Amino acid sequence: MSSPETRATTEEPVVRFKKVSKEFPGVLAVDSVDLEIMPGEVHVMAGENGAGKSTLMKLLSQVERPSHGEIEIAGEPAEFHGPGYAQSRGVAMVYQEFALATHLSVAENLYLGREPGRAGFVNRRAERENARGLLERVGLRVEPERLVSSLTVAEQQRVEIAKALAIDAKVLVLDEPTATLAEREIEGLFEVIRDLTSHNIAVLYISHRLDEIFHIADRVTVMRDGQVVDTLPVSELDEDKLVRLMVGRAVENLYPKPEIEVGDVLMRVSGISRGQKLKDCSFEVREGEILGFAGLVGAGRTELARAVFGADRIDSGTVELEGKKLKIKKPSDAIESGVGYLTEDRKGDGLALQLGVDQNITLANLPASFGFLNLGSEQQIARRRKDELNIRTPSVRRKVQVLSGGNQQKVIVARWLETRAKVLFFDEPARGIDVGAKAEMFGLIGELAKEGHGMVLISSYLPELLNMCDRILVMREGEVAGVIEREEFSEERIIALATGAKEATA
Amino acid sequence: MSSTTATAGQRARDALRERFSDVVSQLAAAGALIVVFIVLSFASPVFLTADNLFNIGSQTAVTAVIAVGMTMVIITAGIDLSVGSVSALAGVLGVMLITGAGLPVPLAILGGILVGAGTGLVNGLLVSVVGLNPFIATLGMLTVARGLVYIFTNAKAVFGAPDSFRLLGQGVIGPIPIPIIIILLVAVAGYIVLSRTRLGRYAYAMGSNLEAARLSGIPIRRYLTSVYVISGALAGFGGMIAMSRVNSGQPNFGIGLELDVIAAAVIGGASLFGGQGTVLGTLIGAFLIALIRNGAVLLDINTFYQQVIIGVVIWLAVAWDQYRRRRLAAASE
Repeated sequence: MSSPETRATTEEPVVRFKKVSKEFPGVLAVDSVDLEIMPGEVHVMAGENGAGKSTLMKLLSQVERPSHGEIEIAGEPAEFHGPGYAQSRGVAMVYQEFALATHLSVAENLYLGREPGRAGFVNRRAERENARGLLERVGLRVEPERLVSSLTVAEQQRVEIAKALAIDAKVLVLDEPTATLAEREIEGLFEVIRDLTSHNIAVLYISHRLDEIFHIADRVTVMRDGQVVDTLPVSELDEDKLVRLMVGRAVENLYPKPEIEVGDVLMRVSGISRGQKLKDCSFEVREGEILGFAGLVGAGRTELARAVFGADRIDSGTVELEGKKLKIKKPSDAIESGVGYLTEDRKGDGLALQLGVDQNITLANLPASFGFLNLGSEQQIARRRKDELNIRTPSVRRKVQVLSGGNQQKVIVARWLETRAKVLFFDEPARGIDVGAKAEMFGLIGELAKEGHGMVLISSYLPELLNMCDRILVMREGEVAGVIEREEFSEERIIALATGAKEATA
Repeated sequence: MSSTTATAGQRARDALRERFSDVVSQLAAAGALIVVFIVLSFASPVFLTADNLFNIGSQTAVTAVIAVGMTMVIITAGIDLSVGSVSALAGVLGVMLITGAGLPVPLAILGGILVGAGTGLVNGLLVSVVGLNPFIATLGMLTVARGLVYIFTNAKAVFGAPDSFRLLGQGVIGPIPIPIIIILLVAVAGYIVLSRTRLGRYAYAMGSNLEAARLSGIPIRRYLTSVYVISGALAGFGGMIAMSRVNSGQPNFGIGLELDVIAAAVIGGASLFGGQGTVLGTLIGAFLIALIRNGAVLLDINTFYQQVIIGVVIWLAVAWDQYRRRRLAAASE
């Protein structure tokens, strides 16, 4: 990687924020930010949720109009004309939610709005051939005619990056690009990023994951409360210092795992199969145990949890809880038996966003008699859980929509505690929440195990599993590839099982 | 977002505004209602008379009663396009129960409601079991019900109902017309269902996030179907009121009525994306439309202008509502 510090003296910054602010009603989201992005550097934007990183990027890509200040692109002030204009000035943005027309082909997406051809007719051959070149540059080996909907998430992301090349971007903004990728795919993405920077394209990279910041960044800008705290070359940072800058204080232990005597077997799952997704999967969860599910994206971890919970139909297999065989055909059966499932996508299938905190907490177990709600006891339940789980909201009647990610996650935890669940599946509970909130979430998982719950923790981030779990079950292509005991934990063993590769060193 | 710059007062105001966000959108519609009311009181000597006001109330009864059911459907992120046709089918069959089968009037009214509920059951099953989009399911029922009513009547009006049938749509208790009392009863019942029962809570939850509701163990099919049954039953009831007002079975009744009903709900703050809507808002919407119609007649404005005005009111109401929600979402990001 080239060293931007040395070039900074000779080269013009490709983007320069000058005293840029953005105000929303009652909130100063971006507060007088000065920042320079150099060509060919990977510039990571770090900070907790709500620190203002995403808003700052939206100002650059002209999705939002700055309240004050000026943004220069390639030395020229950029007037505000909206996202199309920002693109024409060389700013490309890849959001977490891709902006792809999934019913169209890859080639059609790459040239959407800029189709080659004349008089309203599209030159499909030129479109296809040009697309081929772009796909090669981003290392994506698919036919340009393929429908985007048939691609994996990682492949769709490459299409988004290829779109940036198609508009000849000078700066590419990536908003948490690895959030939905498996380890192997992340390495591929990093290769593409390095190739882009070697062609002098600046990459602005928003990330929550400390490990990858040190892996990919040239420089890091930390934001907090809408302000830039500091911009530093990555060589002057270490993990502790970075967290301290982000949170504004030291976070002592991210993974507070309590010492627990693991008890008897609570749940025994045997021989679960569902089409090609799950093949003869069996496992046990014990009282007070935290069992991890590891594996690549698509290996079947979520599918296995959903199958046990009754969210999907299964072809065969049985679930026993405390020695009793359960009949689980739909989620309500699982809930009644004492199984809870905190989903991976809290906004997509976890929360009813327009409803209040109280209504979300009681959703799976409404206090009601003869169909009529007991609103008084609902309020009591909600307030008790709010205090117990330290859900930060001025009132339990607030819409859950306006809470931070960490607090939203706690609302869903409260919902499952309210159902008196004995076994709880937590699917990526720390995804997309602040460092501080993460520590709280893992603390909570430890507490729940201590109370005698059987906890299943699904995560794509190995340090979470290695630190929190008593045992880790590794999945590969819909099968249980193996179960590792805590004494034998190592990243290498998990990756070997997950990929099917032979262990390099025993 | 941590709002370092927001003062405590501001935060309190935001919280208050958000908590009453549904009420605020109703207040806008209610404000419009009051303004139109005051303007008409000055502009027309006839407007502010008991006769005229009772008349407006009676005329609005059909729309308002059906709109209560529509509100519930819209809250689940659905739509019921069939209510106009269903009100005709149920109303005509109800009248035929009196004239043909010789049933007593109260039983015939119940029969009409049941016919409506039956069509609602079909709608609900098509949506929740077959998995049709609500728009398509109820669009089908719109033509099926209209076709059935023409088949049963050969497209001719059904006469011969006794005078006692007039009571429902034209009678009074003391000075107050019965249709107005019916509006109140249905509205109170609707309010209780939406705010105090499992069904109501699940309607909001399903409309806000269907998958989250399913994974919370809510029996989606049963509750979604129930909502369409209620909508159908109220369409049937509305049809009976309408037929009673003309004391006959009119197979052509209610063509385009669904649009008025949807407009009432939407003006009152119901969101077609689901999760939002109240009975009170819908009633305000229904009466706003009725006042504009009545005012246009009283002021001798060309009736074609009524349509234009009501269309503009729909735009304004929904644009205002969306603007408000966007502000809330942006501030809370």
